[in-house]
Amino acid sequence: MNDVPWLTVLWVVPLLGALATAFSGRTGIPARTVAVAASLVTLAVGAVTATRFDQGEGGWQLTETHTWISAFGAHYALGLDGLGLLMVLLTVVLVPVVLVAAWRDTEDDRNGAAFFAWALALESLSLLVFTAADVLLFYVVFEATLIPAYFLIGGFGRAGRARAALKFLMYQLGGGLVLLGAVIGLYVVSARAGEPTYLVTELAGLDMPTEAGRWIFAGFFLAFAVKAPLFPVHTWLADTTENATPPTSVLLVCILDKIGTFGMLRFCLGLFPEASEWATPVVVVLALISIVYGAFLAIGQDDLLRLIGLTSLSHFGFIVLGIFALTQEGGSGAVLYMVNHGIATAALFLLAGFLIRRRGTSLISELSGMEKGAPVLAGLFLVAGLATAGLPGLSQFVSEILVLIGAFDYHWLAGAVAVTGIVLAAIYVLWAYQRIFTGPARAEQAAGERLDDGVGSGTTAPSATEAVATRTAAAPADLDRREVGVLAPLMLALVLFGFVPGPLLEVANPTVEMLLEQVTPDDGPTVASPEEAGH
Amino acid sequence: MEFTKPTIEYADLWPLILVLGVACAGVLVEAFAPRKARYLAQTLLAGVGLAAALAGTVLVGTRLDAVEGARGLIAAEGAIAVDGPGVVLWGLVLFFALGGVMLFAERRLEGGVSVFAGQAAALPGTDAERQAEGRGLDHTEVYPLLMFAVGGMMLFSVANDLLMLFVALEVLSLPLYLLCGLARRRRLLSQEAALKYFLLGAFSSGFFLYGLALVYGYAGSMDFATISDAIGNDAANHDLLLLGMGLMAVGLFFKVGAVPFHAWTPDVYQGAPTAVTGFMAACTKIAAFGAILRLFHVAFGPDRWSWQPTLWVVAILTMLLGSALAVVQTDVKRMLAYSAIAHTGFLLTGVLGVQTATDLGSGEVTSVQAVLVYLAAYSFATLGAFAVVTLVRDAGGEASRFASWTGLGKRSPLVAAVFALFLLSMAGIPLTAGFIGKWAVFTVALSADAWPVVAVAIVSSIIAVFFYVRFILLLFFTEPTTTTAAVNRPSPLTAVVVAVAVLGTVGLGVAPDPVLDLLADAGSFIR
Repeated sequence: MNDVPWLTVLWVVPLLGALATAFSGRTGIPARTVAVAASLVTLAVGAVTATRFDQGEGGWQLTETHTWISAFGAHYALGLDGLGLLMVLLTVVLVPVVLVAAWRDTEDDRNGAAFFAWALALESLSLLVFTAADVLLFYVVFEATLIPAYFLIGGFGRAGRARAALKFLMYQLGGGLVLLGAVIGLYVVSARAGEPTYLVTELAGLDMPTEAGRWIFAGFFLAFAVKAPLFPVHTWLADTTENATPPTSVLLVCILDKIGTFGMLRFCLGLFPEASEWATPVVVVLALISIVYGAFLAIGQDDLLRLIGLTSLSHFGFIVLGIFALTQEGGSGAVLYMVNHGIATAALFLLAGFLIRRRGTSLISELSGMEKGAPVLAGLFLVAGLATAGLPGLSQFVSEILVLIGAFDYHWLAGAVAVTGIVLAAIYVLWAYQRIFTGPARAEQAAGERLDDGVGSGTTAPSATEAVATRTAAAPADLDRREVGVLAPLMLALVLFGFVPGPLLEVANPTVEMLLEQVTPDDGPTVASPEEAGH
Repeated sequence: MEFTKPTIEYADLWPLILVLGVACAGVLVEAFAPRKARYLAQTLLAGVGLAAALAGTVLVGTRLDAVEGARGLIAAEGAIAVDGPGVVLWGLVLFFALGGVMLFAERRLEGGVSVFAGQAAALPGTDAERQAEGRGLDHTEVYPLLMFAVGGMMLFSVANDLLMLFVALEVLSLPLYLLCGLARRRRLLSQEAALKYFLLGAFSSGFFLYGLALVYGYAGSMDFATISDAIGNDAANHDLLLLGMGLMAVGLFFKVGAVPFHAWTPDVYQGAPTAVTGFMAACTKIAAFGAILRLFHVAFGPDRWSWQPTLWVVAILTMLLGSALAVVQTDVKRMLAYSAIAHTGFLLTGVLGVQTATDLGSGEVTSVQAVLVYLAAYSFATLGAFAVVTLVRDAGGEASRFASWTGLGKRSPLVAAVFALFLLSMAGIPLTAGFIGKWAVFTVALSADAWPVVAVAIVSSIIAVFFYVRFILLLFFTEPTTTTAAVNRPSPLTAVVVAVAVLGTVGLGVAPDPVLDLLADAGSFIR
């Protein structure tokens, strides 16, 4: 069994699933059934991969290396480290959840198969990105993820989706082309040092000229900052989440955007330790701006989907802050944050989607008193919201504290500014909750209004309005069993990792330690964490 | 003075001679065969001739002798250099010309006649034209014309002295001028395009010839190797050389459509019959870049420092202007024309890269390799894209305005997806051939420390991505309107061209190693 190339299987399975889904129309089996089955098989493969992973090790495991383009020094090289494993697990868990959540979205849509197929294609490519151990392979797949993402945004969602898809793609491809320049620079540097190569393991040991290293670092960082997103290249985010369907947003924000912060850890820190340390002041400031500015923008939003999108800007600020604090706590906290943010934000997006399906609008000002008719929805929304606001006992709290420790280690001012982010988070979550769920219920009245002017206002797609017309009568006001079932694993994870973050940290720590050793080889981590003491 | 019989290495030159011979045979067929039999005879003659020449090229390529770090021989008394890159260029020209012939031979789309004018001599709008139209006449002269152009292109890319270079330039250009004016529909536009192309082309040939004379005056020889030696020995009158190089560059830049000699490109690409545009866009560029590489790397190589700054500026201008102007186009063929200009800029970026393997680390890509792989990638995409353009038609023939393509993806998802693939390849998206090409040319330029050019190239790539992606948006995410054209079912000829272009684009993008190995094996130019 040791010969099975698990990492290859891991990305091939969902890709085959995507093809099967796309052509399922001829077999008579519903596309969504095929898709969910494929995603569950992928989940199983992911679980098997996880069991074969040795947690104590910080380096690459389960590696596969084959020459791909010899003239470019590129390899088909896969490998898994603690960071990659967590991202892989997040992906394989979230995708089935998303697919089941989208079960009814496309019920009467001829393009239903297309949605599920693109989603699986996106999963496949994301898994390949998280396991790539070759810079060119990473780059190629990093760009390739944009194709399914583009069709997911442009093909499904609200009226403004075509523009949003174009904006999304232009930002990402712009960042991607800058990354291409940096990747080529890396090739030239490695060629001058001897044989040109793109293997991460060989590049990490490269003695890089300082100036060239900094330029290439800047290219990598810019691309990942667009992806993550980070202030000031974040403006695509809110437009995208507003116009895409909530399941698409989960795939984009909770999985795809993680490639940005993942890349910062793996490539910025891993390949350019000197440049990373050199750049920290600027990066930390950008991260802090993202935290505070994102939170303020979120507070000011009336559209629920924009609001959730912008909270992510704030969260990605935290993650980047943790990474570039360059301490063990900050790094581990950032990795943990990536997982927890994925879970909590996914729950929020999906809940918002269920809410919008019932009410035909995503404008907070048109929602009120939802908690009377839908107590379960309201309760779960509150839990997920508080999780993103960092309430103790829920998972995000742990990661936030670790990041803050890292930030205070870096500079007390950085920590102080970051703390305000938590306060602001409480405001945007609780205020949104108050406006949507409390107050007088006006369900029938609001729904009626939407039917009258919904089409013209441009904020709601006609299809959503029609859905209300058919559904306000038929659909129950509160969540049905499928919807609760979708959210259950996410909620469980939020609570579980809130109390027992240890397993996640044990996976993340060795990798973070290895990365940081390169950046600060002499002084090492400044404060020993409890996990480390236990070693 | 005693006359000695020149030695011609027939064993190595026969693909070239075959192509020119077939062209002559085509003229005879035109003169003597009955009208009914001509279409079949001409297409078969051209197709088989090109295929045989292609096979011959492979044969010649495998038996090239190794000479001091490269492979090949100087043939025909020094006038022609049959070497690794030259043979690869032959192969590329012939391969894509074969695609061109298949597009030329397409007759189903126009309802049983070819896309060429029934009788070119009949003025548009006259009775004579209607008569020719009514009798279902066809111009089968286009096949010999194409063969002459292909012969000229092959010669252009292996010419090893200035005079041969000029002769080849004319042999390839004149048939193209004619072909551009032969469209069946929108004849005035087509004739206008041909006239513009001819006039500007004639001027540029004049520049080229003048420059050639000046270079001869400097070096005292037409031979590339002797010119190179003269530069190496620091011969007198360096100004003469500079002027000559500049003027020759004008002629070559015109042929590839580099700014500021690009003005003909959009009009000609739009006016010419689309099959001709596809053939011309792919093959002319291959041949002309072959000539540019050989001229600048072999003959003017030692004077690199003189021409490199010019190339920097021209490359930067070409990339920026090409992609910026493509943004505002509303016609598919014009958009592709401006994108072709931008691609010329990217190719020039590759030309100014590091040239010889000796300047590089082991296993690094050379400038010649990079340009050749880019040419292959670009030709697949461009020939395929123009082939798709021929399919989208309404009552007035080909419908190339954007309005006719709105929402095409909803009506004909396959054709739209194929077109999108070609656009993505031109945009250089990974897993398509275009990415490999882009990677290669940027890398060699960066290795030569031309980082400002690479920076501009990245900026223009971003601009280019914008208009490609916006067009894909138009195809897929817009509802069809009343102006949306229909996709006509082509004969297998066009279908095969499109299919091969798709395979080439994807294959070269996913597994480029065999091609890159072949190019590495081809080595560098001999002198």
